[in-house]
Amino acid sequence: MKIHEYQGKEIFRKYGVAVPFGIPALSVEEALAAVDAVQKQTGSEVVVVKAQIHAGGRGKGGGVKVAKTRADAEAAVKKIFGMQLVTPQTGPEGKKVQRLFIEQGLAIEKEYYLGMLLDRETGRVTVMASSEGGMDIEEVAAAHPEKIIRMAIDPAVGWQDHQSRTLAKRLGMAAGPSRELAKFMTALTRCYDEMDCSMLEINPLVVTKDGKVLALDAKINFDDNGLYRHPEVVELRDPSEEDPQEIEAKKWDLSYIALEGDIGCMVNGAGLAMSTMDIIKYAGGQPANFLDVGGGATTEKVTAAFKIITSDPAVKAIFVNIFGGIMKCDTIANGVIAAVKEVGLKVPLVVRLEGTNVELGKKLLADSGLAITACADMLDGARKVVALAKGGSK
Amino acid sequence: MSVLVGHHTRLVVQGMSGAAGAFHAKQMVEYGTKVVAGVTPGKGGSKVEGLEQVAMFDTVGEAVEKVGANTSVVYVPPPFAADAILEAAAAGIGLIIAITEGIPARDMVRVKRVLDSEHPEVILVGPNCPGVITPGQCKVGIMPGYIHKPGGIGVVSRSGTLTYEIVHQLTSMGLGQSTAIGIGGDPVKGTDFIDALAWFADDPGTEAIFMIGEIGGSSEEAAAQFIKDYIDKPVAAFIAGQTAPPGKRMGHAGAIISGGKGAAADKIAALQDAGIAVAPTPAEMAKTLAPLLK
Repeated sequence: MKIHEYQGKEIFRKYGVAVPFGIPALSVEEALAAVDAVQKQTGSEVVVVKAQIHAGGRGKGGGVKVAKTRADAEAAVKKIFGMQLVTPQTGPEGKKVQRLFIEQGLAIEKEYYLGMLLDRETGRVTVMASSEGGMDIEEVAAAHPEKIIRMAIDPAVGWQDHQSRTLAKRLGMAAGPSRELAKFMTALTRCYDEMDCSMLEINPLVVTKDGKVLALDAKINFDDNGLYRHPEVVELRDPSEEDPQEIEAKKWDLSYIALEGDIGCMVNGAGLAMSTMDIIKYAGGQPANFLDVGGGATTEKVTAAFKIITSDPAVKAIFVNIFGGIMKCDTIANGVIAAVKEVGLKVPLVVRLEGTNVELGKKLLADSGLAITACADMLDGARKVVALAKGGSK
Repeated sequence: MSVLVGHHTRLVVQGMSGAAGAFHAKQMVEYGTKVVAGVTPGKGGSKVEGLEQVAMFDTVGEAVEKVGANTSVVYVPPPFAADAILEAAAAGIGLIIAITEGIPARDMVRVKRVLDSEHPEVILVGPNCPGVITPGQCKVGIMPGYIHKPGGIGVVSRSGTLTYEIVHQLTSMGLGQSTAIGIGGDPVKGTDFIDALAWFADDPGTEAIFMIGEIGGSSEEAAAQFIKDYIDKPVAAFIAGQTAPPGKRMGHAGAIISGGKGAAADKIAALQDAGIAVAPTPAEMAKTLAPLLK
């Protein structure tokens, strides 16, 4: 799960991770009041107006402006609020800006990059840092991997002060900021661990002219599996950042991801669901979604899944691909039949069933009178559904 | 012959009084697995319906001491699963198979740390996996037993349903399996491809190996190198997620392409470079392996 920058900084503040002073705003009026409040608090006219969307690359898209005067700030607020912000991560249609963050401006000496994530090879959370701050870190990693410093955290003892000293040395920091960095890192690594983060990125981390170390940005992802420990984080979810079908799927504990194509898929198991997308592409089509109904789905859950697929207007044909293990084929058949009874079936449906109670499942579908295209195997099914999608609705 | 589980397995089911634990314990007993104990804290001495012949204990330690359990399977819910795994290790269980899906990564980082330093001899399979089966001998996990057939193909997979697919395809072609191991889709796990490949390489009952990988991480690339360097037996593979978009988590926490790493194309290239046959679609997995058999 992702949250906004201003929410991330609020969490940082609670852990003692230094961040600039700032106020979030949900309207132009609130933003202008926030500008006044930030200027009053800091005694400086310089503020930064920042669009709050989940996608990265906001600065490049014109979603971040440094304003030196009240008039500049007002112009920036009016320009950015409500704009359709396009960044490399939003896709060409962009994302409408509905929240702003007004932050104090700082006199910056140097920018760094700092990230934390789980290194699967070692099974340990790893700190990644670079003196090439503010840059696209993936470009740095590709062109100059030696410029990325990596330090693993031993979960038995947590981040150690000697690691902070080594990190500061390797980043080329002076003595003053080095001591600041140690405090910063102790707080930050504790935040990552206690909050069940799955990824944390500060780009840039800055040292100011007066030697302070602050997080100028805060990108936090949380491990969905750990959210049960953090109900306050779940509250921060911004539904406008999520696909409506994905929200509905979450209610039913279905794993659903919207994609660009026109063939709706319903599959059990993540691996089979991924390879169903692959086989559709192999057959010359494009999947409209990834949908894993899971191993222990009920008829109701299958019905909900089917309704989510059919609610996507882009879907021209549906492919149900099930290998019944614990999940029985008759459960799937009953769920599909119930869903079609409720919402109708306007597009062709191809069903491939295999595994537990396969004969019973096939019989239920045959007896239902639904116009279902049967298939010999997965590849045959993929070819048929692709042909049906290309032929338009029946 | 087989690896990990077989006639020697004496199984303790952790979380046997829960719905999933009880259901699968019954399935395992029916398959012929020696289920010697169930453990749920506070339920020692009680009976689970349909499993009256299986002794229930409060702790894994009792299951080891009193009925000689040597293998554990974990169905405990996510908030308590890490503790259950470490309890089994502390009690002297040598093989722990964790089925539970949804364990926080933070908990697994700690589990791995403790197992590596305190119990290096313990084998953990999973979590978030279908389990391990040696057809005709012993089933530990949630896989449908009836699709399997005793034979000489070793199967190792990151995906549950794709394991069932390959097993079903093999069985339909008359090719049985020595052991099928689901290693699970989580980013921090116990057994990885290399461990399973090494066991299969040493197992005289395994003639050939099928490996199913997915996007995310670099275990498949490491496995490709390992096969090239150490394995003489025929190996075929399949990689799921060839069309998955970057940055999206595809159901398995591990299945995500990030920072340009973990893409299916890289994994397929690494496997092919190592001389491993890669199935073009999941419908053709067994067909890809069959011609390699002597």
